This record gives sequence, C-alpha cells and structure tokens, in this order.
Amino acid sequence: MSLLAMSSAEPSLWSPEWLPRLPQRLVEMLLRNCHAPDWLVSLAGYAVAAGTVVAVFLSAFALLSLIERKTLARIQNRLGPNRAGWFGILQPVADGIKMLTKEDIVPAKAEWFLHLMAPILIVVPSMLALGVIPYGREWVPVSLDLGLLFFFAVGTLTEVAVFMAGWASGSKFPMLGAMRAISQMVSYELPLILSALGVIMVTGSLSLPDIVNKQGDFHLGFIPAWNVFTPWGLTATLIFFIASIAEANRCPFDLPEGESEIVAGHMTEYSGFKYALFFMGEYLGLFAISGLFITLFLGGWQAPLPGLTIVPSWLWFFAKLAVVIFTHLWIRGTFPRVRMDQLMRFAWLCLIPMALLTIPAAGIWVFTGGGLKGWLIIMPLLLVPWLILTTVFNRRLASQTRNYTFADS
Amino acid sequence: MNVSRKSPDQNGGGQDARATPRWSMPGLGLVKGLVVTARNMIQSYYRKDRMTTVQYPEERAPISPNFRNFPFLCYDGDNPATGLRCTACSICEKECPPQCIYIVLDRDENGKSLKRPKLFDIDISVCMNCGICAEVCPFDSIYMDGQYEMSTTDRFGGLLLGLDRLAKSADYHMKLRPLEASEVAARRKAEEEKKLAAQAAKEAKAKADKEAKAAAAQAAGTGKGETA
Repeated sequence: MSLLAMSSAEPSLWSPEWLPRLPQRLVEMLLRNCHAPDWLVSLAGYAVAAGTVVAVFLSAFALLSLIERKTLARIQNRLGPNRAGWFGILQPVADGIKMLTKEDIVPAKAEWFLHLMAPILIVVPSMLALGVIPYGREWVPVSLDLGLLFFFAVGTLTEVAVFMAGWASGSKFPMLGAMRAISQMVSYELPLILSALGVIMVTGSLSLPDIVNKQGDFHLGFIPAWNVFTPWGLTATLIFFIASIAEANRCPFDLPEGESEIVAGHMTEYSGFKYALFFMGEYLGLFAISGLFITLFLGGWQAPLPGLTIVPSWLWFFAKLAVVIFTHLWIRGTFPRVRMDQLMRFAWLCLIPMALLTIPAAGIWVFTGGGLKGWLIIMPLLLVPWLILTTVFNRRLASQTRNYTFADS
Repeated sequence: MNVSRKSPDQNGGGQDARATPRWSMPGLGLVKGLVVTARNMIQSYYRKDRMTTVQYPEERAPISPNFRNFPFLCYDGDNPATGLRCTACSICEKECPPQCIYIVLDRDENGKSLKRPKLFDIDISVCMNCGICAEVCPFDSIYMDGQYEMSTTDRFGGLLLGLDRLAKSADYHMKLRPLEASEVAARRKAEEEKKLAAQAAKEAKAKADKEAKAAAAQAAGTGKGETA
C-alpha cells in the first residue's frame, strides 16, 4: 500500500532522497532492460535492498564497536584505542581479524548443532527486524502493513537463541546467564510492547511508514508533531527507552552477561567467530530497537524543524540514531549494574503499570483533541500514579535492610 | 541471628531511612550521575590534568631515585677498562642469594692479581633484584640500576649481562640517583685526599727522616772531627 504511494512520485534517479536505493533501482533497471521476468526483477531488487541495509548496519556495527570504546574511555578520562591506524580507526579491522583467526572451540558436553545454530539465530532476527524500519521517505526496505507486529514477533526470537546458547553449551555459567536473560527479556518485553500500544492507537495503523507519516506536522509552526511531545508519548518514550536497554542486554541491565558474576553468561563457551556473531547480533539488535524507538516516538525520518526538510530524510534518521546510540553509550558509562531483584521489581512494579496507564492516556489525548486541554487532563493522570509507584510502593516493597548474618559480626 | 544492622556509611551515619523520610524526585540521582560522566567526557578533550595516562612507548614517566632493579658496575672517568672501581674481590659473588654473579680475577703473566675482573657476568634471569650485592660492596662499585626495558628475544645470551653491558659511568650514577652518588663521590674524594695527604705526609716524613739522618751523620762526622 505505502510502497505504491511512494513510487507514484517517480523522482529522478539521482535525487539525494533516493540515494540509498540507487543500487536497487540500478539493478532493477538493468534486469528490465535485459527483459528479465518480473519476479526475477523484484526478487533481485529485494536482495539488493536487503544487501544495502546489511552493508550499512554492518559498517555501522564496526564503527560503533570503536566509538563505544572511545566514548567509554573519554568518560573515564582515557584515550581509548589509538594504536591501529589513525586514532584507532582500524581497530574494528584488527578485532575482526583476531576473531576470525581464533580457534573455534566446542565444549565436549555441548550439543554441537544447537551450539552452532544459536549465534546464527541471534543475528538473523536482528537483521530481519532492521528490514521493516523506514529509514527515509523513499527508503523502506520492506514495507509491511503489520510492520510493528513483525518487528516484535521477530525480535522475540533472540530470546530463544539466547536460551539455546545457554542450554547447548552444557555448562553452568551459560545456563545461569540464559535463565537470567529469559526472565529479564520476558519481563521487559511487556512494557516495551505496552508502551508502543499508545502509538498504534493514535496512528490507527501497525505500518511503520504510516506511523512516521503521522508525525510529520508541526504545532505552532515549529514544534514537531512527534509522539514524544505529548504527555502520554513522553511517558511511553521513557518506558520504551528503558525497556529497550534491557532488551538489548546493555548496561545497567546487562545481568545475563554480568562479567563479575557469571563470566559472560550465555556467551561463556563461545569463541572465535561465533562469539563475534553474538557481539554482532547484540549491536544489530541495538540498532533495530533504537530505530524502532525513533520511528515510534522521535518522528522517524522527519526533520525537526520545517525549514530543514531540504536535508535528505534518511540523514535525519541516522542523525537521530546517532543521538540515541550515544545516549546508550552515555548510560553504559554512567550506571552500575542493577541487582536481579531490583531489575524485576522495577519492571513489574513501575514500568508495566505506567505503560498500562499510557494506553488510556493516549485514548484521552485523542478524544480531547490534544492541545493544552489534553496536557492538563493527562498530566495528573500519569504523574500521580508515577509518584505513588516510585515513592510509596517501591519504598515499602524494597528490602531496606540486608542482613549479613556471617559477614557482619 | 536475625539482627538487622546498617553499615555506618549508609544514610548519613546509621540513621534509618524510614525514620527521616526526605523526599527527592525519583530519577534525580540518575540525572546527577549522567551530568558527572558528561562533564568527565567533555573536559577530557581540553583539560590536560584529566588525562593522567602516560602514553608509554612515546612518553615515559620519570622514574623515582628509589626505583632499583638490576645491578650495574660503576667506573670513574671515560674508559670502563681502566676506570672500573671493581677489584674482583668476589664479595658480591659470595653474598648473592640466587648465585647469579660470576667473576674471574684478571692476572698478569706472572699470575699476580691485577685487582680487576677479567669476567664479570650477571644472569638477570636469575637475579632477584634484592640489592645485597650493592649493599656489601666495599669499593662503591656495584649499584642497582633503574633500567626496566630488559626484554629480549634471546633468553640465554640476552639475559646474561657481561662487563660491556654492566659497566656504566659515575656520571650515569649521578644522573640516576644524585643524592646517593654525590654522597659517594664526596666520600671517595675525601678518601682520595686523605690518602694523598697521608702519602705526602709519609713522603715528607721520610724525607725529613732522611735529612735528619744525613744531618745527624754529618753532625756526627763533624763532631768526630771536632773531637778528634
């Protein structure tokens, strides 16, 4: 549906808006000129489109693995990697060579087939999820009417892969890590999906391009009509962001691979390229969930100011992605890892109730027609439960004192 | 024992959190933490005092005069062959706990000691950096070095230091540990002067004795002549 709407414009081949889809269109043109059958043309076109996304995000992954180390180093007043190439720019290459040339060890007690499949299964869903995100006005690799549903359905597969890795390793630390991962991911999947429901209600569509198109207006001529600038949207944004950190298994919710406790969790028994695949899957998952976050709440590829629409839309998307990813790095450099009971309590006693509340809030927002009236009605509706949940409930249910019977003599 | 107790650094000196309900906005602490790390990150780009790491192969931290590892042999002047303080007395060789020093005394063709080492080897793969050799040396010859880049690809020959690698000038010692070296230099100078003075005095005394003897002999001769 949306694909048809987009191709009706038929802009020039070399317009910057179409630049990311240039390879796909060139291949399609070439095949058409060779009188290839239609199915072959579209198949090759999709293959090239998928190749573009994979190439973009794999290079982004390589870059991020360096930028993350650089950023963390600067936060800790260090220089970070600076040996390989100019300012360490070749560090990802060095890491890649190291990973590829390492010995691939399969433990004697491992189920070798599952052990092999788990790292593959962790990369594939992340790549599939990346396929449905609208990166630009004309750059939607696969435009599905149920894109959001597809994203969540595919994203859940990584949990299976994580448990597969933990189980198949035939060792204790991976098993513990996998169990932690499952409980954490299941707990945080709920607020993640619940906070996205408000967006679906307001947009009336599960199609991601539609969700972005809906956020294209400007209030008062300069405030973008992004979902984050609504009271329910702001709450949902925070919840979605926190839950996405947990979904991506990143600090401060990186319990499944807590180095100080269980070595590397489900990745303990992996080495060489399989380990690199886990790493890659984690980063691609981070890209995917951040991309969805931008699409749902930060206006996708929409420009932040009316005059800035001359910049190609996909550049806006990647600018926003860079900001979101940097926030992830910043958070990783700041917060220590939470405890398992804190993690669970936070999800079930704070995030999920608040995420449930954003659904009626979004409904009220639509009925009141938004604006100042909407803010005045919804803010108390969200603020009061939030204060109750964060101060009263959490304080009463938190274990205030911890008894160390033997250590504290 | 189910005694609940708080460590004193929690909640301001052991006060119960529930006894003093001081409300602050939830999440404020997180924002404060983020501000701290952001300040760290931004200031690391323009404040030199924040970046404390020394980029080792390019730059080096100055080593403390108290730092000491492997021994070296001190020589006076410019020529290690003649100026070596070592007299090959073998005290260090005997004192060395892991027995890593090997000394051969140099002799002339008649078998007479030349009071200098023909061979002085220290196996630093055995040396345990205790510094006993430097402590026992009565000739101010052996000291502990400050050299720490001793890695080599030859694990036998590369770690066996001979005279050529052990001998280092007194100036080097002065640069390495000015306090200790100047003390040693002053003492050695004083000793040298004392020795010279003693020698001069001895010579003077010998001369005086000789003169006195001669004078006495002459006096005796003249006296004999007078009396005669």
